[in-house]
Amino acid sequence: MSLNFAAFLDSLSIMGLGMLGIFIVVAVLIAVMVLLTKVFRDKAE
Amino acid sequence: MQQILELFENVTQVTWQQAVMWVIGALLIYLGIRKKMEPTLLIPMGFGAILVNLPNSGAVTQGSEVGPIDVLFNAGIANELFPLLLFIGIGAMIDFAPLLSNPKMMLFGGAAQFGIFFTLSMACLFGFEIKDAASIAIIGAADGPTSIFVANFFQSKYVGAIVVAAYSYMALVPIVQPPVIKLITTKKERLIRMPYRQRPVSKTAKILFPIVITMIAGLVAPKSVALVGFLMFGNLIRECGVLDNLSETAQNALANLVTILLGFTIATRMQAEYFLAWETILIMCLGLVAFVFDTVGGVLFAKLMNLFTPHNKVNPMIGAAGISAFPMSARVVNKLGLQEDPENFLLMHAVGANVSGQIASVIAGGLILTLVG
Repeated sequence: MSLNFAAFLDSLSIMGLGMLGIFIVVAVLIAVMVLLTKVFRDKAE
Repeated sequence: MQQILELFENVTQVTWQQAVMWVIGALLIYLGIRKKMEPTLLIPMGFGAILVNLPNSGAVTQGSEVGPIDVLFNAGIANELFPLLLFIGIGAMIDFAPLLSNPKMMLFGGAAQFGIFFTLSMACLFGFEIKDAASIAIIGAADGPTSIFVANFFQSKYVGAIVVAAYSYMALVPIVQPPVIKLITTKKERLIRMPYRQRPVSKTAKILFPIVITMIAGLVAPKSVALVGFLMFGNLIRECGVLDNLSETAQNALANLVTILLGFTIATRMQAEYFLAWETILIMCLGLVAFVFDTVGGVLFAKLMNLFTPHNKVNPMIGAAGISAFPMSARVVNKLGLQEDPENFLLMHAVGANVSGQIASVIAGGLILTLVG
């Protein structure tokens, strides 16, 4: 089996974009969750 | 005498490869029954593996005669239907309140998807085509339906091995995660206490959450709409409070029915000619790499966060709970915490991270489909 370093290096951009994309979405979701829980507070609070 | 021999001619057509698959099928059944490792999937898959590896098996297509398992495969797996229906049931089972009351746990869900992308690069390094590499990498989502969805989308010929790896490692989380966590954390870090303050979440917020999440995830990664949407639909029928019967059905009858069909049907890709290859062993190894580096990603992110919040530290083990194997990973982290300090209860924080991993893994799946597809 031969190792394909060219494909490995090409895939690093997917890794970078993927993790960046996840964290951007996560940041948006956190903001949304904070907004939801602040605007629609539980009556017990 | 000749006629009797012809009657049992099929027995002589057994190949050694089929016999090996019988052993593998039996092993999956054993692991499911005796070791209770994901029995809902491993037992049907194991039995299906035996069924499809009998010579001239009528269960699979032979020439022009279409086998029933292939009919089911085309009806529910080739078109992604079964994993999506299962996601409705899974969504109906999940309570997102621990995440809504502590939204920053979502960060660990995101970080714990690192193993997916790391494994993508490793699979490319070992010579897999990019779409097969992406299909293998999604084992790190620690989520069966997402793995099946992505692998089928890319029409990967390794679907059988990928699904076996995904479900096997999900069941092995209590064995895989603890040594990795202990290797990359210090005892002092594992002793960090995180007091839990119950913050109630309103019913309105719980109802709006699945709707808003679907819209956001869909706008960002449109190919993930099916995955996210079906998961969140299940959650909506749970939280709305007026569809208790449907929620009950989704959690039980629907989930069980689809699981029966899913496990049994995926076995069509466990025919010897697909499964018995050196690539299968490599896929099993890469699956382990995915789970290990998911854990590493979550824990290291927590340690990084602690550098910036020295007065409000997070126990780094919580990062490991960001993997999508729910609720196994949360229990593992809680148990490790109690082993270090019998009064350090990390469960609710870990559950928050664990459910966030469910969302993050689906988003990761959508991003993989967008970036590679």
